[in-house]
Amino acid sequence: MEVFAFYAFALIAVVASVLVVGQRNPMYSVMLLITSFGALAGLYVLLDAPFTAVTQIIIYAGAIMVLFLFVVMLLNVPREEPAGLAAAIGPRSLKVGAVLSVLLGVEIVWALSRVGLAWFAQDPAATSVSSVALIGTALFTRHVFAFEATSILILVAMIGAVVVARKER
Amino acid sequence: MSFNPQIAAHLGLIFVIFNMLVLSAAFMVWMERKVCAYIQDRKGPNRVGFEGLLQPFADVIKLMFKEQLRPKAADALLFAIAPVVSACAAFAAFSVIPFGTDTTLFGLLDEPIPLQVTDVNVAVLVIFAIASMGVYGIVLAGWSSNSKYSLLGALRSAAQMISYELSYGLALAAVIMLAGSLSLREIVLNQSGAWWGFIPKWYVFLQPVGFFVYMVAGVAETNRAPFDFPEAEQELVAGYHTEYSSMSFALFFLAEYVNMVTVAAVATSLYLGGWLGPILPDWLAWVWFLLKVFLILFFYVWMRWTLPRYRYDQLMEFGWKWLLPIAVLNLLGTAALVLWME
Repeated sequence: MEVFAFYAFALIAVVASVLVVGQRNPMYSVMLLITSFGALAGLYVLLDAPFTAVTQIIIYAGAIMVLFLFVVMLLNVPREEPAGLAAAIGPRSLKVGAVLSVLLGVEIVWALSRVGLAWFAQDPAATSVSSVALIGTALFTRHVFAFEATSILILVAMIGAVVVARKER
Repeated sequence: MSFNPQIAAHLGLIFVIFNMLVLSAAFMVWMERKVCAYIQDRKGPNRVGFEGLLQPFADVIKLMFKEQLRPKAADALLFAIAPVVSACAAFAAFSVIPFGTDTTLFGLLDEPIPLQVTDVNVAVLVIFAIASMGVYGIVLAGWSSNSKYSLLGALRSAAQMISYELSYGLALAAVIMLAGSLSLREIVLNQSGAWWGFIPKWYVFLQPVGFFVYMVAGVAETNRAPFDFPEAEQELVAGYHTEYSSMSFALFFLAEYVNMVTVAAVATSLYLGGWLGPILPDWLAWVWFLLKVFLILFFYVWMRWTLPRYRYDQLMEFGWKWLLPIAVLNLLGTAALVLWME
């Protein structure tokens, strides 16, 4: 049952993610990305991490994607034309992109072969992170520096956005 | 697979809860029209069934036989999906709400089952997550209709829901801190008992500010008057569902009322002690739950027909400049209180 659910969620996540890139209509891309995030949340639930799953939905599927949707709706982005891609970014950029994606593929294969498949096997010592209290304690003790640094980073981004958006008087 | 009474009982429970929600939405429509009528010194629906109680069903039958229209320039797929998303989100949120003590159905079952679809240990966050999914139904409806009224209605609605979601979440967080748990069942059980024998230990008495913030944000989340901008008739015809007809319109209507019931049920569980109450025996505890939910819903209806609609800038100003700071201060105050009590 669990295996079946895993493959179902994984399939949805992968197919939806691939389709995100393939859409002409940005609105469909946004919806498919939300579907993919939803499937990821399902995987987190299977991993016994309901808190991570719910935050995934609230933050990514709920908050961030609504902003995406707003941008798409307000700018009324037109459909992308099929012939436009190569013409828009130029043949040289296309070649660079192809080289980069091949490099990424090689990197992933190399990394996975180094780690080995055994690494993904269930570790009996691994503890489940279903307890919100445990996550909170870890976040505010062991990872407190990363936590605070991230919040400053986000604050900087916010101030930047306000400065960019501000009208000159 | 052999017959398992436990699973059968659970499936039965899900079936009952689903139909209860649909019926409660129908009842709410009737109550809304009745209360509105009496507030305006009219009689309201009184022909179909006793005192018009069957009026919502007559309306549904009428809607079913109406023609399903779709604007030519609409996006067919998203136009069809939008009402389904809305309705699903509305129903899904109710799945984590407990409404009674464990029951064995008078000894029919070996082990008691809780009167709740599922008890997850992050229930409060689940409700919050599903509420944030509800926005998509409205936004998709507005965008796919390809109509300016729908689009403006949807944008307003989404902006409003996002703005008020913050205060809503912060109000929930304060209760979570007091209870020390994210499970609604445990939060309700934490409210049992009474101070000096007669004041129930409900969180509404510990969190009066939080309760106020929650109720206001709840009205805004469900897009009801005085915050019903998404469908401000005078400016936007009917808002995001302008182009919808027949049953797809009915789904939006249903979602709106089910959302109201859910907001009221969450308020009951978080602040008013859920199914806890005196006098009634344990197996009738759900009566208290229904009674409290009913009172909150009545309050919402009362408010809708009493208060005029705000202006849009007033709504945003109230949300960001008043409600959010109050919610943050409430959260800080609660945190200090919890630390001091330890």
